[in-house]
Amino acid sequence: MSDTILRMQDITKTFPGVKALQDVNLSVRRGEIHAICGENGAGKSTLMKVLSGVYPHGSYDGEITFEGEECRFSGIRDSEHRGIVIIHQELALAPQLSIAENIFLGNEQATRGLIDWNRTNHAAAQLLERVGLRENPVTPILELGVGKQQLVEIAKALSKQVRLLILDEPTAALNDEDSAHLLGLLRGLRDQGITCVIISHKLNEVMAIADRVTILRDGRTISTLDLATDQVTEDKIISGMVGRDLDHRYPPHESQVGSEVLRIEDWTVHSPTQHGRVVVSNANLTLRRGEIVGLAGLMGAGRTELAMSVFGRSYGTGISGRIIKDGKEIHLRSVRDAIDHGIAYATEDRKRYGLNLIEDIKRNISAAALGKLAKRGWVDENEEFKTAGAFRQSMNIKAPSVLSVTGKLSGGNQQKVVLSKWIFTNPDVLILDEPTRGIDVGAKYEIYTIINRLADEGKAVLVISSELPELLGICDRIYTLSAGRITGEMPRAEATQEALMTLMTKGTE
Amino acid sequence: MSVAPTNADLAVAETPAAPGGPTTDSPRRYNLNLRQSGIYIAFALIVVLFAVLTGGDLLQPQNISNIIVQNSYILILAIGMILIIIAGHIDLSAGSVVAVCGAVAAVLMVEHNVPWPLALLITLVVGGLIGAWQGYWVAYFGIPAFIVTLAGMLLFRALTLTILGNRGIGPFPDEVRTLANGFTEGYLGNIGLGALGGADLFSILVGVVAVVGIVFTQWRTRSARQQYGQAVDPMPLFIGRIAVASFLVIAVVVQLARFKNLPWVLVLLAFLVLAYSLLTNRAVFGRQIYAVGGNLQAATLSGVKVKSVIFWIFVNMGVLAALAGVIFAGRLNQANPTAGNQFELDAIAAAFIGGAAVQGGVGKVVGAITGGLIMGVINNGMSLIGAQSETVMLVKGAVLLAAVAFDVWSKRRAGASR
Repeated sequence: MSDTILRMQDITKTFPGVKALQDVNLSVRRGEIHAICGENGAGKSTLMKVLSGVYPHGSYDGEITFEGEECRFSGIRDSEHRGIVIIHQELALAPQLSIAENIFLGNEQATRGLIDWNRTNHAAAQLLERVGLRENPVTPILELGVGKQQLVEIAKALSKQVRLLILDEPTAALNDEDSAHLLGLLRGLRDQGITCVIISHKLNEVMAIADRVTILRDGRTISTLDLATDQVTEDKIISGMVGRDLDHRYPPHESQVGSEVLRIEDWTVHSPTQHGRVVVSNANLTLRRGEIVGLAGLMGAGRTELAMSVFGRSYGTGISGRIIKDGKEIHLRSVRDAIDHGIAYATEDRKRYGLNLIEDIKRNISAAALGKLAKRGWVDENEEFKTAGAFRQSMNIKAPSVLSVTGKLSGGNQQKVVLSKWIFTNPDVLILDEPTRGIDVGAKYEIYTIINRLADEGKAVLVISSELPELLGICDRIYTLSAGRITGEMPRAEATQEALMTLMTKGTE
Repeated sequence: MSVAPTNADLAVAETPAAPGGPTTDSPRRYNLNLRQSGIYIAFALIVVLFAVLTGGDLLQPQNISNIIVQNSYILILAIGMILIIIAGHIDLSAGSVVAVCGAVAAVLMVEHNVPWPLALLITLVVGGLIGAWQGYWVAYFGIPAFIVTLAGMLLFRALTLTILGNRGIGPFPDEVRTLANGFTEGYLGNIGLGALGGADLFSILVGVVAVVGIVFTQWRTRSARQQYGQAVDPMPLFIGRIAVASFLVIAVVVQLARFKNLPWVLVLLAFLVLAYSLLTNRAVFGRQIYAVGGNLQAATLSGVKVKSVIFWIFVNMGVLAALAGVIFAGRLNQANPTAGNQFELDAIAAAFIGGAAVQGGVGKVVGAITGGLIMGVINNGMSLIGAQSETVMLVKGAVLLAAVAFDVWSKRRAGASR
């Protein structure tokens, strides 16, 4: 079983301004389960998109050999034609259609243009048996839980005569039982000769089912380990994932930590879309004046959900718990309430949730506190101009004027506009969700400086980030979140990337 | 300069639009200049075209007056519609609401002899309640406005028929007819204008006051901006713009003064355009409409009470539709079961021709008014040259498509050049 089914050689993929992959090598043996591990942003998903043709041949450098032949996929159909099927973290099923219809979507079982429903449903039933899903093929997808939907995706892949199955974080949204079933199924498929590549953050799962592991970091291959022969431990994988030096990427800062300003107690949040799923579970957090606190967690851990549910219940249902601000319990029923109580939240997706991209800088900065610029409901546009101009200077927003449209700014400058908007609300607590995502190194440094300045002004700052070096570089204290639970809290002096990653990947008990 | 007179509403509206106008436009001037001013240029071209085709009849005093009076209710609806479209919604029920409110006004004024000011007030409240009904379903219940107002289109037409049966109710009190169809009195008598003949002095004075108002507010805005170190138009451009606006106002007023003085609906429209331009440009509420339409999620996460904003713009639409309903009924001197049929489509077309974006977040009151006037001039000009109604429809359809195509095209170009 040592012949190589897939070889990706020297893959380099560049986005404007960012090198997402650099000389990445991956070789997968026929009939193995091959895990790919790495931090968020390490390049795992990009690599899989290169493989599956989402990024077509020519948009990257390097060579892909599948079953001994060089592949130049120009789209996902090409790769599927060769038997490479990718199942994304966000499932791509049509909820209103039946299981059988979904399985054969784009591959309809038709004779002379008419769909043969008997053949469709019969074939679907056989596939469902193979993946161990006992459901009627005519059941609509929306009646299934996420775990079962995942199985339908796999059945769909099998219907395409899959030879290499790629799963991106397949268990991120599953409970333990469904995860166990899925992993068992993957073992079964391996025994039937189907090769699997699995991207996972859950190292215990990787240890349990993978034959070999390739570790990516910062768009490069770090190593490929064989679980049978190498002495692989979770710690070894973690050190491969995070091993990075902390150079001078962070401005020096001494925080003057003051009194407690915000405390969150027993905070529990349920998913608004999946009934009964707990997204955040009994979380407790404390923020103090002048302190920069980090919240570390992998994708799907519930970081954003925690922050947004606190920010005027802008996410989630069935929220319970207490928020204590300056020693008094407060009830934040809307975003307005939260802003009025001195809480600000800068979203992780600034284009979708943070900015009005068709408006100018000035109007974006004033958007959350327009009342401060208005007298009896009328906005003083000259004051607004002046305010925005002051922010443009102090935040070093690089734009010809405050009348520039935000959609045309670079990521770093857009983020400065978002931060300006929130600073203008004069908050006591700022929650910054991935404040440096998609921003170049120079602008990151500026954002860190701004965060330090906010702390110096006595504000409490909670930074949510996927980048552990960033949290270690700027935070005074770091919480770790795993599967909706706070799994640890460390002062900066004690925290290491390895220790944090261990807590972040801690399974649910 | 025979183009001048028909730009009346545009010129009147220039005043309020300007405070927000130059500020927001100046950075994008080079990108969006064509988009912003294209509509006015198109309007001017259409006026010139029909002035030529009709041998000057289009610009006759009586015809100018007709264009204004005949389109007043569409223009009023367009003001409400543009706010809804800026917020990213739509209202298909406006025509039916016009009908039902006209009917309510008729029942009150004609059958129950309620004094007309009270009856008008009640009718506006009814319009507001209708808007609140639709706003509730859209904003708080979460049904797309397209569906809610499509249902409303049927519901309120049905209600109109229930109220009126199959008959019309009229005649309306004189005051209401005057508001819809009448003119200001010659309070100060006539003056001679040489070759132009006699004209109403009061109307001319109103025009002069309007011009002084334009010059004063523009000047004050400009100097306030300069104090804050904002970029302003260079002086020649500034003076040129004011000169054009003033000339248009005076020219229209003179033509009207030579005919029958100022139509009351023009006075009403001028007031509405001023008020709503101020609202959209300067009021917190107006800003929130743009924020909601520009990025709903970002607005929500910035603490804008988006549901309440959406609710109130529908209430506003209802009130304006009620006003349009009274004016339309007053003009026909009868509330009619088929009144307002397809008015909503004209209002929607006006908004989109006037530069509103299909995705929301963009649009101006003055733009919608200009869009409405473009349609009005096409209607009027084509009927003057004796075109068939199908030809008129064809041209209006083509103009709407061309305007939106231009919008999409210029946006794509702006995006590509980034």
